[in-house]
Amino acid sequence: MNIGQAVLEAFESLSANKLRAGLTILGIVIGVGAVIAMVSIGRGAQSTITESINGIGTNLVFVFRGGSEDVRNPKPITLEDAAAIADPFQAPSVMEVAPVIQDNGKVTIGRESTTTTITGVTPDYASVRKYNLTEGEFINQEQMLGRASVVLLGSVVADKLFGRQEGLVGETVRIEGQPFRVIGVLESKGGSGFSNADNQVMVPFSTAQERLIHHNVSDQVDLLLVEAVSPKEVPAASDEVAQILRTRHRTAIGADDFTILTQQDFLSTASTITNVLTIFLGGVAAISLLVGGIGIMNIMLVSVTERTREIGLRKAVGAHKVDIMVQFLAESAVLSLVGGVIGIILGYSIAIIVSQIAKANNAAITPSIGIDIILIATLFSTAVGLFFGLYPANRAANLEPVEALRYE
Amino acid sequence: MTEQSISSSREVAPANGWVIQAENLTKVYKMGQVEVHALNGLSLNIARGEVISIMGPSGSGKSTLMNIIGCLDRPSSGEYILDGEPVSRLSSDQLATIRNRKVGFVFQSFNLLSRASALANVELPLRYSNVAKGRSEKARLALESVGLADRMHHRPNELSGGQQQRVAIARALVNDPAIILADEPTGNLDSRSGLEIMELLLSLNREHGTTLIIVTHAPDIASQSQRIIRIRDGVVEQAL
Repeated sequence: MNIGQAVLEAFESLSANKLRAGLTILGIVIGVGAVIAMVSIGRGAQSTITESINGIGTNLVFVFRGGSEDVRNPKPITLEDAAAIADPFQAPSVMEVAPVIQDNGKVTIGRESTTTTITGVTPDYASVRKYNLTEGEFINQEQMLGRASVVLLGSVVADKLFGRQEGLVGETVRIEGQPFRVIGVLESKGGSGFSNADNQVMVPFSTAQERLIHHNVSDQVDLLLVEAVSPKEVPAASDEVAQILRTRHRTAIGADDFTILTQQDFLSTASTITNVLTIFLGGVAAISLLVGGIGIMNIMLVSVTERTREIGLRKAVGAHKVDIMVQFLAESAVLSLVGGVIGIILGYSIAIIVSQIAKANNAAITPSIGIDIILIATLFSTAVGLFFGLYPANRAANLEPVEALRYE
Repeated sequence: MTEQSISSSREVAPANGWVIQAENLTKVYKMGQVEVHALNGLSLNIARGEVISIMGPSGSGKSTLMNIIGCLDRPSSGEYILDGEPVSRLSSDQLATIRNRKVGFVFQSFNLLSRASALANVELPLRYSNVAKGRSEKARLALESVGLADRMHHRPNELSGGQQQRVAIARALVNDPAIILADEPTGNLDSRSGLEIMELLLSLNREHGTTLIIVTHAPDIASQSQRIIRIRDGVVEQAL
């Protein structure tokens, strides 16, 4: 008896009890569907996060105050530190340095008010962070030197205060009670990054330092954005930055009072998190596939018992053990294969629905479903069917014909 | 071969040869601590082309003998030669092959596959015998020979009891076996259908020379055979 015929016969005998076969298949459908949905959503999230990290700007190095260990009295990072890092003789791999100060503050216009992040930036910041404007112009050198009261609005802030993102240049908003002229609106970077880059306003660094954000040390900065000359030079640049800061802060060896993060660090951290998430979700889904497999085993055992006489007869007319084995394995494989195929379709549909919901909530997740995952799910579900079909099939194959024929 | 033989009147090998030679068969079942001796050194020869009935009260070992003759079971000891092949020491898969080629079964309760058509039911033994071509043709011929040419695509539940038993007989015939073993073939049929089935079986014997072994309780069925073997306490009681 060949395999093709066995499969055909399996379809026939399964269709004799459609409801039962359908319910058994449903168990596998849910299992495979869950695995596919979870893994493709996880992968989609991963690629979204990777993209948004890349969107921060390539070859960037972030420098913060404070070490990873408990360093006592970490020295603040200052404009002088920034100037030292910008020195091409001390740090040849560094192209540009953009100091940033940040604090939360209240922005108002008329009765509308919102609390948002106020970021003091230098003109270089736009190119370093790859910010684009939907209208207006970025802060220029003149405004920087003149401590001008000008502001760039993030798209979220613009929406909150004005309910629109166009035609805002020339309006006046109050930040912490002081009037600022709007000179531009920032293009949205999408809300799925680290801190929401759209919910902020940008003012000239000097203005922020003097009038809005007051630190203990007068020229303290919250963040240094260092751009390396090329992506390849990022490790060299971060070494140079570390060297300069260690010398300037006179830190003990191995007790840095600052933290340097590169994009690579962000990427590896993020991918570790999303991998764990994907594995976790996939694992939970795999459990439901396991339950589906047990369902197959259960129904196949019932089927073997029900068809004891049939098995006896088949053996009486000459079926070998392997023939009976193949017959029942074909049935359980068909159950799980059909369940697997429907499950793949269902899982992919779920992933698409989830991504639509995510899109509606401003977090783009493009579910990625590869041939590999389809193949794995199909093979896995068939393997589940065969594995859980093995015991019932073996039981059928080993029935004694005399006993089986006598079975009532 | 069979000089010390049995109560049979045919000590000498018949012209057609023996199809069944059973020598000193025993069968012991273990039921917990108790050993049940179903067969106690039973010997039996059946000639090719014979029509023979096996009778005996329940518990006589009749069913056990039938299972061994049909190669569904192996004797605990003794020798059994079916159609020239010693089969008492074969593995269960080897026995399956022997059953497929040499034994046709007709059961009291027909034992047809309810989901399959008459034709598919008759084809079943061919499926397990590596016959690749001409299966349905052979099955069709077998169904025609039992007079069911017009019912080939009906399912068992669309057929009368007598017709179902005819399908079962066609299935038993299809591989051209050495013996047909019928276990109470008329037990589930009304008397008219029963007579028809017996007539069919006997005509197959007349026309094709098929050896026919009928296990029955009914004396009127047994009386239609050429020889009756009575089993009691695991041995042949007498032969007529």
